[in-house]
Amino acid sequence: MSNKSMAEYWKANLRLLTLCLVIWFVASFGFGILLAEPLNSIMLGGYPLGFWFAQQGSIYVFLVLIFFYAWRMGKIDREYDVHED
Amino acid sequence: MDLTTLTYIVVGATFALYLGIAVWARAGSTGEFYVAGGGVHPVANGMATGADWMSAASFISMAGLIAYNGYGASVFLMGWTGGYVLLAMLLAPYLRKFGKFTVPEFIGDRYYSQTARIVAVVCLILASITYVIGQMKGIGVAFSRFLETDYDTGLFIGMGIVFFYSVLGGMKGITYTQIAQYVVLIFAYTVPAVFISLNITGNPFPQLGLGSTVTGTELTVLEKLNMVITDLGFNDYTTSTMSGKLDMFVYTLTLMIGTAGLPHVIVRFFTVPKVADARKSAGWALVFIAALYTTAPAVGAMARLNLMQTIQIGEVGSAEGNVKYDEAPQWFRNWEKTGLLKFEDKNGDGRIQYYNEKNPEMVKKAAEYGWAGNEMTKVDLDIMVLANPEIAQLPNWVIALVVAGGLAAALSTAAGLLLAIASAISHDLLKGVFMPSISEKAELNAGRVAMIGAILMAGYFGLHPPGFAAGTVAIAFGLAAASIFPALMMGIFAKKVGSTAAIAGMVSGIGVTMLYVFQHKGIMFIPGTEFLGDMGANWFFGISPNAFGAVGALVNFVVAFAIAKVTAEPPEHIQHLVEEIRIPKGAGAATGH
Repeated sequence: MSNKSMAEYWKANLRLLTLCLVIWFVASFGFGILLAEPLNSIMLGGYPLGFWFAQQGSIYVFLVLIFFYAWRMGKIDREYDVHED
Repeated sequence: MDLTTLTYIVVGATFALYLGIAVWARAGSTGEFYVAGGGVHPVANGMATGADWMSAASFISMAGLIAYNGYGASVFLMGWTGGYVLLAMLLAPYLRKFGKFTVPEFIGDRYYSQTARIVAVVCLILASITYVIGQMKGIGVAFSRFLETDYDTGLFIGMGIVFFYSVLGGMKGITYTQIAQYVVLIFAYTVPAVFISLNITGNPFPQLGLGSTVTGTELTVLEKLNMVITDLGFNDYTTSTMSGKLDMFVYTLTLMIGTAGLPHVIVRFFTVPKVADARKSAGWALVFIAALYTTAPAVGAMARLNLMQTIQIGEVGSAEGNVKYDEAPQWFRNWEKTGLLKFEDKNGDGRIQYYNEKNPEMVKKAAEYGWAGNEMTKVDLDIMVLANPEIAQLPNWVIALVVAGGLAAALSTAAGLLLAIASAISHDLLKGVFMPSISEKAELNAGRVAMIGAILMAGYFGLHPPGFAAGTVAIAFGLAAASIFPALMMGIFAKKVGSTAAIAGMVSGIGVTMLYVFQHKGIMFIPGTEFLGDMGANWFFGISPNAFGAVGALVNFVVAFAIAKVTAEPPEHIQHLVEEIRIPKGAGAATGH
């Protein structure tokens, strides 16, 4: 593939990556640690929200993120014709 | 049928299954030995990765850590799962595209340097050995406690099993046994958890049970638990940290990047057919890991609540508030025999008092009640998982299953680690550096010999655990975080970082981390050689030694980028190689050439 579209493909990947890592950071370090105290005043069922993010929610977010990334990257791969087979 | 016989049957049946798989999945080529021939389905690989990843520590100890530390223990939950996001996005697909057998091989090729490869081998072996010792100990303990053999015999049996399927089948044998081991361990973990959740809240899903109300009250499980433990002077469950917010932040980050940097996990993603599969497979791995990790907080909190309410049956300080020792349930006495629980009737009233005697206010109150000190002189954290089936009054076969689950967790992780060590020796050192002309058949045999050597060495350390073993397991993550993760990430994302920069980065990252650990814990963990005390006041910004790997990783990145600025760029063909691994197209099967 040409250098130009190679660079564009890589940029598209980095954009998606940045978005995913920002969410990764906010769900765990943000909601689970730094903002846990204020969030704890909100209840999610019997869970204080900050506590829930630290022990449950962050893990669910991680899961969704990986599959979302895999799906979007699959699309980007095909768009730039760099997919396998 | 008595418990011991039943345990023998269940554990024996699982072992027979692992051995059967080993015979079926023999390895005939180096490709099969190192990466299972590269044809493992992403879901199957995800399951194997789950078993590979979840060790005796995850299975037995983590719920206890959560029970005791509450919110503070979230570092383990987030840290040991969040790393998979980094793995799926920053490393796994690109390393799969690169298509070789080992992690040091990538580092050696990408940084066009045998020295870099050898440094990576050293980092890999340091991190993996410290990790495997803990697994061997877990196997010995499980046998000696439940099958009434002695510790050494148990260890030999465990070594024999791993020997059989890993030497015979290499990665191929390990992969298929790990899938079976995952099924055993997740079943063994969730069955007691479901019952304990039903008992306490009436909700069969532990994840939801922890957010529900306790049956027969208006209080949620967490409110009830907070009330019960703060009444006895313990820290609040839902808010207290282990040593401050900054430490929690850095510790979580260290475990995350350490997870992504551990070679025995990374190499699992070399076994799938395609780059796209490597991305998905990391997601599947996390699905299977999350099944246990989202259950563990419920197990921890509910087991703690059960334990407290078994002892403190009425109002704190009232005459009838504490259970009489003679009336304590049977499981209490069973576990007293093992030494994991210890009771000492300090005030001679025949009742059990369990409270936090480090809390000055509580000590004052206790004196008023006529208590003469905390009488539960030992509550081993592992009991939260091990005694769970008995506390929930489940039949004996569930207890037998928990033993088989614990062994599956320890064996699967040990096998993965041993293979990482063996392939670093046979493929990276022997084939890569010392005897490049060796034939494939000879290399396969060398791999088997290295595997036998690694098992014997792990067995030796299992029999004679070095004094520092307990301390080093936790820092295996720090070492991997500070050395391997940054080198891999820069190898993919920073084209202009060359060999000198990468080597200097790895050496300074792991160096800073080890120095920090040694200065607080003693040189090689020998007591008395620490030159700065192991106390919060002496810690750099209050960061505990176990949490320091993230700082080491930062040092690694900074040093590498600084040196890359003043040294020559990598040669043209290396920059081309980096561009090549960034695109999925053209990924062949993994090869050793």
